[in-house]
Amino acid sequence: MFSNFDIDFFIFGIMPYAALTILVIGSIARYDRDQYTWKSSSSQLLRRKQLILGSIMFHIGIITIFFGHLVGLFTPVWVLDALAVPYWLKQWMAVIIGGPAGIIALAGGTLLLHRRLTDPRIRATSSWSDITIMVLIWLQLVIGLLTITQTLQHMDGSEMVRFMNWSQSIVTWNVNAWTTVVDVHWLYKLHIFLGLIITAFFPFTRLVHMISGFAAPFRYLLRPGFQIVRSRRDRALPKRSAPKSTPAE
Amino acid sequence: MSHLLDRLNFLESKDLETFSDGFGKATRESRDWEDTYRNRWRHDKVVRSTHGVNCTGSCSWKIYVKSGIVTWETQQTDYPRTRADLPNHEPRGCARGASYSWYLYSANRVKNPLVRGRLMKVWRKMRETMDPIAAWTKLQADPILRASYVETRGKGGFVRATWDEATEITAAANAYTAKTYGPDRVFGFSPIPAMSMVSYAAGSRYLSLMGGVCMSFYDWYCDLPPASPMTWGEQTDVPESADWYNSGYLLLWGSNVPQTRTPDAHFYTEARYKGTKSAVICPDYSEAAKFGDVWLNAKQGTDAALAMAFGHVILREFHLDRQAEYFEEYTRKYSDFPMLVKLEKQNGKLVPGRFLRADDLDGKLGENNNPEWKTIAYDEISKGLVAPNGSVGYRWGEDGEWNLEEKANAAETRLKMSFVLEEDHDDVVGVDFPYFGGEAYGQFQTDADHPDVLTRNIPVKKVKTTEGEIRVATVFDLFCANYGLDRGLGGDWVTSDYADEMPGTPAWAEKITGVPADKIAHVAREFADNAEKTKGKSMIIIGAAMNHWFHMDMNYRGVINMLVMCGCVGQSGGGWAHYVGQEKLRPQTGWQPLAFALDWNRPPRHMNSTSAWYAHTDQWRYETLKADEILSPTAPEGDWDISLIDYNIRAERMGWLPSAPQLKTNPLQVAKDAKAAGKEIPAYVVENLKSGDLEMACEDPDDPANWPRNLFVWRSNLLGSSGKGHEYFLKHLLGTDHGVMGKDLGEDGGQLPKEAKWHPDAPRGKLDLLVTIDFRMSTTAVYSDIVLPTASWYEKDDMNTSDMHPFIHPLQAAVDPAYESKSDWEIFKSLAKKFQEITPGYLEKETDIVALPILHDTPAEIAQDQVKDWKKGECDLIPGKTAPAYVAVERDYTAIYDRFTALGPLLDKLGNGGKGIGWNTEEEIDNLGALNGVQLDGAAAGRPKIESAIDACEVILMLAPETNGNVAVKAWEALEKATGREHAHLAEGEHGNKIRFHDIAAQPRKIISSPTWSGIESDKVSYNAGYTNVHELIPWRTLTGRQQLYQDHLWMLAFGEGFMSYRPPVDLKTITKEVQDDGDNLVLNFITPHQKWGIHSTYTDNLLMLTLNRGGPVVWISEVDAKSAGIVDNDWIEVYNTNGALTARAVVSQRIKEGTTFMYHAQEKIVNTPGSEKTGHRGGIHNSVTRAVLKPTHMIGGYAQQSYGFNYYGTVGSNRDEFVVVRKMKKVDWLDREESWKAPAEEAAQ
Repeated sequence: MFSNFDIDFFIFGIMPYAALTILVIGSIARYDRDQYTWKSSSSQLLRRKQLILGSIMFHIGIITIFFGHLVGLFTPVWVLDALAVPYWLKQWMAVIIGGPAGIIALAGGTLLLHRRLTDPRIRATSSWSDITIMVLIWLQLVIGLLTITQTLQHMDGSEMVRFMNWSQSIVTWNVNAWTTVVDVHWLYKLHIFLGLIITAFFPFTRLVHMISGFAAPFRYLLRPGFQIVRSRRDRALPKRSAPKSTPAE
Repeated sequence: MSHLLDRLNFLESKDLETFSDGFGKATRESRDWEDTYRNRWRHDKVVRSTHGVNCTGSCSWKIYVKSGIVTWETQQTDYPRTRADLPNHEPRGCARGASYSWYLYSANRVKNPLVRGRLMKVWRKMRETMDPIAAWTKLQADPILRASYVETRGKGGFVRATWDEATEITAAANAYTAKTYGPDRVFGFSPIPAMSMVSYAAGSRYLSLMGGVCMSFYDWYCDLPPASPMTWGEQTDVPESADWYNSGYLLLWGSNVPQTRTPDAHFYTEARYKGTKSAVICPDYSEAAKFGDVWLNAKQGTDAALAMAFGHVILREFHLDRQAEYFEEYTRKYSDFPMLVKLEKQNGKLVPGRFLRADDLDGKLGENNNPEWKTIAYDEISKGLVAPNGSVGYRWGEDGEWNLEEKANAAETRLKMSFVLEEDHDDVVGVDFPYFGGEAYGQFQTDADHPDVLTRNIPVKKVKTTEGEIRVATVFDLFCANYGLDRGLGGDWVTSDYADEMPGTPAWAEKITGVPADKIAHVAREFADNAEKTKGKSMIIIGAAMNHWFHMDMNYRGVINMLVMCGCVGQSGGGWAHYVGQEKLRPQTGWQPLAFALDWNRPPRHMNSTSAWYAHTDQWRYETLKADEILSPTAPEGDWDISLIDYNIRAERMGWLPSAPQLKTNPLQVAKDAKAAGKEIPAYVVENLKSGDLEMACEDPDDPANWPRNLFVWRSNLLGSSGKGHEYFLKHLLGTDHGVMGKDLGEDGGQLPKEAKWHPDAPRGKLDLLVTIDFRMSTTAVYSDIVLPTASWYEKDDMNTSDMHPFIHPLQAAVDPAYESKSDWEIFKSLAKKFQEITPGYLEKETDIVALPILHDTPAEIAQDQVKDWKKGECDLIPGKTAPAYVAVERDYTAIYDRFTALGPLLDKLGNGGKGIGWNTEEEIDNLGALNGVQLDGAAAGRPKIESAIDACEVILMLAPETNGNVAVKAWEALEKATGREHAHLAEGEHGNKIRFHDIAAQPRKIISSPTWSGIESDKVSYNAGYTNVHELIPWRTLTGRQQLYQDHLWMLAFGEGFMSYRPPVDLKTITKEVQDDGDNLVLNFITPHQKWGIHSTYTDNLLMLTLNRGGPVVWISEVDAKSAGIVDNDWIEVYNTNGALTARAVVSQRIKEGTTFMYHAQEKIVNTPGSEKTGHRGGIHNSVTRAVLKPTHMIGGYAQQSYGFNYYGTVGSNRDEFVVVRKMKKVDWLDREESWKAPAEEAAQ
């Protein structure tokens, strides 16, 4: 069966599921077993230098890119059609917003990576995964920016639609999803491949702090009262009627 | 089951109901997160232990253990109750103690034996072909190999070793040193036995069996107030903190009770609630200041002036204008006020001289035993001179009259205190008193209005003596004149007006101290008034602060004078409460045989550390203080113009102070030579010392033969905490990078010492081997060659006592020692075993010669009533009389381990005892044999076992009168013989009371009253020093037998300290033009008090404490000073002078007095400390800018209470007179570039 093994099938047809499975099961396992490791592991206390500028730039850029990819890849094509958004316009938006965001993220990421590798205190307290994930993201940013050169060569949005179809096929369990990206430029392929690697790596790194946001106490803003009693009861107390007034004797 | 899956229940409502009109809501959401906290505080067992740190807390703690891990600790609350009218002892403990368990599993824990990498490399190579001793010999013989590891001290590069290797190197070094240079070149430094007495004893027992040197700590820490031995003949005996509650007036003088005596502070609060009045004296607005009814913020270093003014008011209003009956009776009976002082002619003028003594008189008043040691007073009953009972002459050579009964020669007496009345004196003469107020420099107020000699009128009696007719005066009359009090005798320099700026008055003190005169008079009056009404219930609580000045004696004697004038000492609720770093070793007499191996050999080698470090770290080579700067203008003719080290050498030569090393020649060799010459050892030594063939090591500290070669540091952070002159330690003792910026006397063209041999090039790296035993990587550990991991305070069995409460506490192993660590007892046991294993054939049974100084509380203490130096031909060399005794001691180097682990036979033969009394203790030894079992084989077969630390605890508890009622009764009976009075009632009914280790594990136990202490344990009074002196009429162990406020030793008089007076801080000249950079104009007085954020004076690397403060070293400065140097709060600043430099963050605070800077003690350079711009090396510690300076008066010996005792008397390492330059740092360099750390680390990794 390996004689006709197709690397594209493996990477774009199988790896996405493997990566997503690792992401989900890995995250649940870490959350269940090692809750106290679920953190961003900031090194700000060790050295502020290079961190503040680098971190802010990196985060502004990377969050923009993250949501850009999310919206861009997972918005169904028919929604675009229904809204009458031309594909070239969406592609231009991606380049115009994503390009500068990528550059900002890369600049910030470079500062952070440099700091992590060269500052003796940061280096000494970095784990293998801290360094690896930063290198991977940095490479991913570089490759992502390089793909713009390809994108600019076919501004009709056709390539983009292929990626949208691929992503959406993946999440809709379409076995042939991989065939939609077989012919794209290798830079795109490398970008997707690295993206999948990062996805799989996610639960074992400080990246999990992306999900920490869900645990933020937003509900506090909507609190119903000022005292919450977390009862062991599983049903409400019977309603008490107001005490009857006893007439004075 | 799962944190996540269990929560996937979004479809169910979690709400139950609301209440309180909708402001409250009940829900049934998950509570699993609570288990995190529940598990955090869940435990399997609770074990009683305490913190063996050198604070006086000694608090009982519960140690919680879960799954074999210490999880946390809380305060115990089960102390025995106090009596009905006294608050209980709880709560005891503080935040520092509560943070201790952090250390056990912290990254800073020493987990394995560590050896300096380069040393290890060479060692392993050599051991391939050589035995351990040969390997060490070869290594030491090769200067390049030796330097290769010596120079890397403090620069990282440790590698892990096995216990076997680490103990082998250490034992080989010890054996080599003993054989090559002498066992007295093996030093051991460990402080405060009371904090973990078995741990201390482990090391000192090992050293003492070998002949090594046990170094003192109390004097070195400068916590020993020499004024205490001078006045009372007792090191430091103080009331327990519960006694504060009995006081009517508490004067806190430089003590910050809530901050540094936290567990005891509640008694202060409770006393305030009871209505006790309190005044607080300290330059800064301290936490204690808030407790006071009045805060007197005297200028730092001027306390003696304040004390003088207080004394002036008290004398005027309670002794002169009106005689308070209680005060007069008290001082007559319990002080030297009535004693007569000879007025001696000097350059045609009269000065107070020696006490008149029986041998000055024809017929000696019939006193044939020690007449030169019996002081004389005038008796109103017989109208003549008498030699009252109790003086030191009665203590030795006779029995029954060494007591404070008002008797002389069995007849009743009433001693006269003053000859001021017309009919009582024969004459009124002018007597000279030195005045030092004009010597102040820098920011201290100079009094230029008064000359340096003040001649005052004194009423005298004429007395016929063997030298003809002389004039004598009472101490009291001289004392009043010294305080500048006008008594209607006319003459100059006395006054009856407080507003007159005459030395001694409140107005004069206001000028010097800045405290308003009316406040001074007010506080003095209230203090004395309360004492009169309550019969002595006025108390002065002092911290170390005042004692750390060069002229600390003046501060302390000023305070003591006030207490004695007001009859406070020895009265419950009154007296002198000096609480500094002493932590009373309550079962001392039981502990001593164990600790110093007195059960096998006597005497042990003890050394006063200040003199030793001063010499061996070459701080003497940089001495800036000349003797003539501190000499009195009234000094008699003499050869006073010598260096401070010369004074120390003379003191050692005359047998006043101990020596280490002792002789330049190896004492094992000297003994062999004596044997070969067929002579008795003392005679042989004397003959060769006189001929010059033998030299004392102290005369040439820089000769390689006289270097300390091995140093053990355990239970201590010598280099990171107490090491005054830190940078000199690094430069000369260790031989590594240092920050010394000054020049030595040779380079500087200063006056070279006369007695000490000067080498133009100072040695670097005197130590062959520095071994530190600790549980954390302290600064000392970082600089060591070998670091041995020891058990923490929750991992070993030991005992702990304090002066703050009367209980004896256990330390217990709540868990086994973590990682590869072992308890101190086990570590030294394994060293002893290794030593015994490798030495046979190299060292056998040898004869050692121990030089023994003239010791206090022994018959020898009355050796020298005149100062005579045999080397100058002023007297013959008589060992034990005019020089140290030279005692032959038989050592068995092949049985060190066998002896270590068994109680030796010398106790059966010589008995046990302490402080001048002794008793038979065979019964206790039999009991120990039955309790611990006996050794079945080896060199100590048949002797009681001391295998485990608990065995060692049982030895202490069994032998000490404080913990064995049977011994207490014997001890009191022994004292009865000397005093001729009945005392045994104090231990009545205690015969069968025996405290065991398991008893104290169940609950802290109160100790039994013992004659080795001056207070009693009773259900009527709290422990208070001097209680038995006053109530049992037991003399103080001084020359006069009384509280001695006048000191008549020749050197005391020469240095102007016969009486107390104000002496300004000395100028140490450490800010020179060369060292001070242009533009650095802020010069401040450098003060190092005890802190709030470190564990007492030792540990500041505790994360929990660092989090509460600024997370690293800080220096406090005033707002005004900060502004002048452009410093704002939290800036990085550099502090420097010629001694070195340090870096820290600035804390700018209005509570600090202008002109001072506070750097809390023992902030090490191991956490968050950048490099110094000045030295280029990391930070520096608080002691980087200090240097020890010796005071000759502390070297006095052979003179009753002024005789040497280990941690009792001797030179002290003062450090408060130091000034520093403070500046903002331009660039903060963490020295963490590759080149600064990579090389040694890589090398170690190879």
